Amino acid sequence: MERRKKTGPFQWIAIGVSAVFLIVMLLLPLVYVMATAFGEGVQVFLAAVTDPYAVRSILLTVEVTVITVIVNTVFGVFASWCLTKFRFRGKKVISALIDLPLTVSPIIAGLIYLLTFGRQSILYPYLQGAGVKIVFAVPGIVLATIFVTFPFISREIIPVLTSQGTDEEEAAALMGAGGFTIFWRVTFPHIKWALLYGIVLCTARAMGEFGAVSVLSGHLKGKTNTMPLYIELLYQGYDFTGAFAVSAILVLMAVIILVLRSLLEAKGTKES
Amino acid sequence: MREKKRKAKRVIPGYGVSLGVTVTMLGLIVFIPLCSLVIFSAEMSFADFVETVTRPRVVSSYLVSFETSLVAAVIDAVMGMLIAWVLVRYEFPGKRLMNGVIELPFALPTAVAGISLTHLTTTNGWVGGLFDRLFGVKIAYTRVGITVALIFIGIPFVVRSVQPVLEKLDGQYEEAADILGASSRQTLLRVILPEVAPALAAGFAMSFARGLGEYGSVVFIAGNTPYETEIAPLIIMSQLQEFDYAGATSIALVMLFFAFLILLLNAVIQSRASRIVSGIS
Repeated sequence: MERRKKTGPFQWIAIGVSAVFLIVMLLLPLVYVMATAFGEGVQVFLAAVTDPYAVRSILLTVEVTVITVIVNTVFGVFASWCLTKFRFRGKKVISALIDLPLTVSPIIAGLIYLLTFGRQSILYPYLQGAGVKIVFAVPGIVLATIFVTFPFISREIIPVLTSQGTDEEEAAALMGAGGFTIFWRVTFPHIKWALLYGIVLCTARAMGEFGAVSVLSGHLKGKTNTMPLYIELLYQGYDFTGAFAVSAILVLMAVIILVLRSLLEAKGTKES
Repeated sequence: MREKKRKAKRVIPGYGVSLGVTVTMLGLIVFIPLCSLVIFSAEMSFADFVETVTRPRVVSSYLVSFETSLVAAVIDAVMGMLIAWVLVRYEFPGKRLMNGVIELPFALPTAVAGISLTHLTTTNGWVGGLFDRLFGVKIAYTRVGITVALIFIGIPFVVRSVQPVLEKLDGQYEEAADILGASSRQTLLRVILPEVAPALAAGFAMSFARGLGEYGSVVFIAGNTPYETEIAPLIIMSQLQEFDYAGATSIALVMLFFAFLILLLNAVIQSRASRIVSGIS
């Protein structure tokens, strides 16, 4: 497509305004975290992030993120297969319900789990009897994180599968391929970049989720504090260097995620 | 499953399994928790509900949330449109980097963004100090601060919504307008803006709705003074910390109502827009 090359003052003003906005709004906070985290030297940073409570929060965040990503990947693949390869009634309802967590405030996400599994719930006596602790424990944190990131992977795969249609799978099925073979040999090559992209987004949100997790964690230091909650704890205790040191790890993860994202996007557009 | 027999046999295998897994997980993760919200609200008395959601402190928290997210969404719409335009239409050094950082608010945990923005915008901070001295404007611990945090959260929604539409926009419409003697301002308002309007509205609605519910980045910068800088999600949170689940649920229901209202309005705009487009072609 040929584009008019507008070379006027407007172009440079527009670029300048956008650049200043993005630098001040997005990059400066990033730089500030790094500057504060390492401002008092690497020793202080290392001491803050190797604190036993910090280590415990990092491990918990990793645990929650891994479980969330696995669950949502399985769900995302099955849901997008189901929604794009078959026609059935109630499809719109399912699709709307999948997207619902995107519009619900994280606090409300936490609240609905509290109402489902908390003390006043009808399920509570049964859970108590079975010795399962969900609210103010790790399972609650995991559930809330799964809820918040629920649509992330299916939303990336569904557009790709929709535009690809069902012809190839039908052909494969008529030639006698089994379900798994069709998925692995025919469908998967189309969706692998979208799937990876979804996993990257899901990871980012899962490790950073704050509101929903905050409602369900009970803030037990060393037990149910994920990294964002631990940062809040340090910050409220005026341990700013510690808070920014732990933040620096998350900033680093965010940067890695952004780099992965643009690599995946480039790969995806090159192949399609 | 019964439907399977009525319709033509499905060629592609895996219908039962994939539908089963989807519906089961959807039920466990989304549907049952939502039902418990409905059940719990049904058990509350209506008088209590009204009493809770009309408390002056609660009402002013809605207003704070509404005002700050609306202003933030408007600023996001304007800046997001400009950034999308710049990214699609111009070539300049650093363009790839600019495109890459747009999603930073998605990737950066909100709590980290919150504490960092707070420290930057206090009167001792790098940016806050500047604004305080130059304009006498305080950012952190005021509504301006909340708005700043919400602008940060909402900007990718607008850019990522408008960008693909601008990319697809055929240059020949603008050329036609140009040849027919339209000024560049007329071209922008009459030719380009109507084309991107639905996408812009979608981005605006998403960042507005997200702003209403945002918690992590706002709690640090807000200062949380009752009647002044206390947002609705924070009130829900403090109700929960006092184990007042009924109060929290009441306030949450009102918030959910407004969030769905925004999305419904957006859906109406989108369907009208697609009808206009399909009517022409």
